[in-house]
Amino acid sequence: MHVKDTLNIYGEAIDSRLLIGTALYPSPDIMTQSIEASGAGIVTVSLRRQQSVAAGDDFWQLIKNTGLKILPNTAGCHSVKEAITLAQMCREVFATDWIKLELIGDDYNLQPDPFALLEATEILINDGFKVLPYCTDDLVLCQRLNELGCEVLMPWGAPIGTGKGLLNSYNLKTIRERLPNTTLIVDAGLGLPSHACQALELGYDAVLLNSAIAGAGCPITMSRAFKAAVEAGRFAYNAKAMPEKDLAAPSTPTMGMPFWHQQ
Amino acid sequence: MNITLNGELLDLTSHALLEILKEYGAVAPYAVAVNGIFIPKSQHNGFVINEGDSIELLSPIQGG
Repeated sequence: MHVKDTLNIYGEAIDSRLLIGTALYPSPDIMTQSIEASGAGIVTVSLRRQQSVAAGDDFWQLIKNTGLKILPNTAGCHSVKEAITLAQMCREVFATDWIKLELIGDDYNLQPDPFALLEATEILINDGFKVLPYCTDDLVLCQRLNELGCEVLMPWGAPIGTGKGLLNSYNLKTIRERLPNTTLIVDAGLGLPSHACQALELGYDAVLLNSAIAGAGCPITMSRAFKAAVEAGRFAYNAKAMPEKDLAAPSTPTMGMPFWHQQ
Repeated sequence: MNITLNGELLDLTSHALLEILKEYGAVAPYAVAVNGIFIPKSQHNGFVINEGDSIELLSPIQGG
């Protein structure tokens, strides 16, 4: 019997292994077309001060019309208190207990603060949230978050918006090996579809990206490219790659080689 | 009474959160925090704002 290979987010089966952000697109129309082309099942959103009522409401209508699952974030928060308050506000507005917990520790590279992240995660989980923490690729941090009850972890590939890809695939691979039953998503830093493919080949369950698509010359086409890359990476992971070797080995049979190669 | 709403200094007569939001022109969907503490919608009616309080009125926006 064929078992559907879906992404598991806190017990919910999601068909696509690509999560996509809604920011930085050249226009709302390109945003909606890019989201559609990506095949994503989850989109990320945020909350900010209500200024232009019409613009904000238009955006929210567009997102609601996609019918996709919503993953709100706490982007821009620098303290546990800010993140907790914003998460609670998100839960009310977006009617979801999922929260992409972002807690910035350093403005230079927008690196998550691992200590504040643990503190906020514990408070939010005790308050009934399903936390998806954006974290560094530190194994022990990931283990601690997992022990607190995070069923999904989102280590970075590289700093947000850099497009550098997987800067430390060794760390990411180690996290995968040490937390085999946790849903792992590479979040941030991807620039090319090959980066996404590599993450999936490592056994990561999904990737979350925004700038790589929104900042491309043609976001809609890039969305298609990422969709294909994620599918290719997952197929490759499931197919189990051949072992790497140091020495060449012929693929064409040597038996029956033409006479001019024989002594 | 002087308060701030989304960083804007306002001089208001009403102390009722719901009235202040209405006067400001708040349009759903939104969530509210007062002095950095989330105030659930179920508590908006009857919630009293005091001199110097800071209200945050947030709505959906693009996010990564």
